[in-house]
Amino acid sequence: MSEQVNSSGKMSFSELMEKYKVGAFFQKYTMIIALIAVTIVFATWKGKEGLILLPSNLTGLIAENGYVFVLATGMLLCILTGGNIDLSVGSVVCFTAAIGCTMMAGGANMWLTTAVMLLIGLAIGVFQGFWIAKVRVPAFIATLAGMYAFRGFTNVVLNGLRVDITNEGFLQVFGNGKTSFIPDFIRNAAPGLDNVFTKDNAFLTGLIGENFIAKFNVTCMCIGILGTLIFIAVRVHKMVSQKKLGIAQSIPGQIVSTVIISALILWMCFKFSCYRGFPMVMIWIGLVLGIYAYITNKTAIGRHLYAVGGNEKATALSGVKTRNVYWFAYANIGLLAGLAGILTAARAKGIDPVYGEGYEMDAIASCFIGGASAYGGTGRVSGMIIGAILMGVINKGMIIVGVDANYQKVVKGIVLLVAVMFDVLSKRQKR
Amino acid sequence: MAKILLEMKNITKTFPGVKALDNVNLQVEEGEIHALVGENGAGKSTLMNVLSGIYPYGTYEGDIIYDGQVCRFSNIKDSEKLGIVIIHQELALVPEMTIGENMYLGNECGHKFAINWNKTYSEADKYLKMVGLEESSKVQVKTIGTGKQQLVEIAKALAKKAKLLILDEPTSSLNEEDSRALLDLMLSFKKQGMTMIIITHKLNEVSYVADKITVIRDGTTIETIDNHGSEPVSEERIIKGMVGREMTNRFPKREGVQIGEKEMEISHWTVHHPLYPERKVVDDVSMYVRKGEVVGIYGLMGAGRTELAMSIFGQSYGVNFSGELKLNGKPVKMKKSEADAIRHKIAYVTEDRKGNGLVLSQSIKVNTSLANLGAVSSRTVIDADREYAVAEEYRGKLKIKTPSVEQLVGNLSGGNQQKVLLAKWMFAEPDVLLLDEPTRGIDVGAKYEIYCIINDLAAAGKCVVLISSELPEVLGMSDRIYIMNEAKMVGEMKADEATQENIMALILRSGRGA
Repeated sequence: MSEQVNSSGKMSFSELMEKYKVGAFFQKYTMIIALIAVTIVFATWKGKEGLILLPSNLTGLIAENGYVFVLATGMLLCILTGGNIDLSVGSVVCFTAAIGCTMMAGGANMWLTTAVMLLIGLAIGVFQGFWIAKVRVPAFIATLAGMYAFRGFTNVVLNGLRVDITNEGFLQVFGNGKTSFIPDFIRNAAPGLDNVFTKDNAFLTGLIGENFIAKFNVTCMCIGILGTLIFIAVRVHKMVSQKKLGIAQSIPGQIVSTVIISALILWMCFKFSCYRGFPMVMIWIGLVLGIYAYITNKTAIGRHLYAVGGNEKATALSGVKTRNVYWFAYANIGLLAGLAGILTAARAKGIDPVYGEGYEMDAIASCFIGGASAYGGTGRVSGMIIGAILMGVINKGMIIVGVDANYQKVVKGIVLLVAVMFDVLSKRQKR
Repeated sequence: MAKILLEMKNITKTFPGVKALDNVNLQVEEGEIHALVGENGAGKSTLMNVLSGIYPYGTYEGDIIYDGQVCRFSNIKDSEKLGIVIIHQELALVPEMTIGENMYLGNECGHKFAINWNKTYSEADKYLKMVGLEESSKVQVKTIGTGKQQLVEIAKALAKKAKLLILDEPTSSLNEEDSRALLDLMLSFKKQGMTMIIITHKLNEVSYVADKITVIRDGTTIETIDNHGSEPVSEERIIKGMVGREMTNRFPKREGVQIGEKEMEISHWTVHHPLYPERKVVDDVSMYVRKGEVVGIYGLMGAGRTELAMSIFGQSYGVNFSGELKLNGKPVKMKKSEADAIRHKIAYVTEDRKGNGLVLSQSIKVNTSLANLGAVSSRTVIDADREYAVAEEYRGKLKIKTPSVEQLVGNLSGGNQQKVLLAKWMFAEPDVLLLDEPTRGIDVGAKYEIYCIINDLAAAGKCVVLISSELPEVLGMSDRIYIMNEAKMVGEMKADEATQENIMALILRSGRGA
């Protein structure tokens, strides 16, 4: 069947498509392609050329959306169990932040505060998870209740007023002010480098650009290069072991994707290096994404999340305590909501009783745009990251090109609908 | 010669990469029952989907000539207008709605915006009577049994003024008694002049009702056999056409059977229904299995076989358990937990592989390791290489036909899915395997392979409990047979003294009278 050639001896266009798996490629990388396309559209916008690719804007893109990455990770785990969502996260973010800010306003130690915020988040998650997993209240309803209740508690704690954070240490570790970047250890340790990174060095200036050369963050770039090397090593190891096992995976395709992703990492790190280096919040995001990518891919509990979402009865009959899997997912999103509360408070240098409204929807949208199934069982952390970045780029891009604020939400809605439509249609074709 | 009602000429239907039908021809005479047989994936359902307009005109090649006219259906409504009605294998009824509402769903009486409920229910009652149902059409569908639901489907087809009725495996979820009633109903419809096409795997049904039998294999028509001879067409004759070879032995021989000690024994086992705790679903059952033995459990649908097996498997079905479970002669107090059952080396291979057995959206590899993830991971971290190797090993051992163990289980054929399910439980390394209808809905060739696996398991000293609704299967495979009826164990026979007749007689005698 695979070698069907029509009478003239030439392959038709559709046969070529079939042979080189063009359709499969587009299906697999739809959202990456969409992300690149959207970025190009904003980067070439008349009168605003290249603005979105400015180092400060890229840094802002990550830093501003820190909470989305963290919450969407938690949300992804819930969605995996069968399309269940958590509506309460926005309120929980605000509630934990309110407690934390009030504590610090009273002079509490920042680490103690951080721990308390995470624990409160976890406790709320465990509490809601109890109703969902053990009493079997539908997740939508249990978390809707949480959404109202914790918004109310927030108002009680804050008395309806804003509380500011004055704890500089907290802001530095979790926020993204001028100070909350990873310092350039290498340049600090070797002051001689200052003489190398000057406008007189034609080679480096040509490479980096004269606007950024003086403050170029060497540490950040080194971490970037190191990270890329590690990434390539991991991918090569995976390819070699796959080859050894004889799994039918296209090697050229994997090489292409490895090269593209490596280039992207390097490029991003370069951009960050041009502007103060890595924001601190990126460490937290990176940590969360890394840990959860590992959990979902490599651990038994991760496997159970997918299995429960794919077929709960079969999973239960395989000896898995399925109710505990639900409980884990909801306890976990509570913990991550606590972390998102920390990041949100640090970024805003305080908390307002209305913060966090709509956060749950951003997280849900990122997961679905990133290819998670609304019925559970499929979806990956990597896809969710793309979904979150795509939303972020669209937000940022619309602000840069000056789309009316009222229309920004319309555009977001359309993007969500179109993304899921693509997903549904491409799956339908496969049948 | 009677008038030809339907003729399908040179039907060819291609899916991307696969030719599902290749020049298929089918002729159906008015007033006959025409059986369509073939292995799974042979193209029977595809052909019927072409006929009923599910695959609209233009997506296939060839002609459909119905009642002398060339038809070009663009959807089901078009074919139904001419009286071609298809009843699918999976029942298409909404459980929460009444029988009447279901029967006229999409075909409402009166006006679209003003449904005439009086007419709906009175008409519905009329058709229900025709199929021999005494229920009122105002009863919710979920309150009646599967057998009656199938009859409602037929009444629904009648309400659409069917002239040509297509039944796709109508008896696959029915017990023998209900099946027989359904087949008799078909025969009585035939007397009234209705034309029917029946798709089925059960060959005894074919020879019972069909006037003609068309065999389809690999998307082409092989032959049409006339069933009007002095003797009914033998099953072997039909199977020969289906598989392209004579199946002299449907059940593989077991050699060197060595039966050992009692491995598992239950006594006075009683289980109650989870929703109606006063009802006993397993009533005072005692049985045992020995090492290396295949024990069959036969009973009609609803006899309590699945309930018995599931209640042994970590009490995964039912409430208010009583009785004693012994493993290797020692009494075991098992918790209400499937994980505990697996720890005690018991495996339950479900009858419903899609619903309760497999995660269809995941790969063969993931499904294979699911019940014993601990064995391929250290401290809850999964070792991908080891998991892959295990999946590969079982793919080879059970001859699972797939390009790779990364293939999604949902894309496999029924027989291969069943093998993946078996692989999963064999990897859990049980001593006792409770196999619930392990060959349901899979084709003859795959069945034979499953039987070989069962024999291998027994030869390796495992205990196999084989639950089946197919008497020949139980008789052909088991060393010893238990017979259940209405929640009770009503008999035990050695394989050599059991026959279809004395088993059925036992069930009929023990029953409260059907």
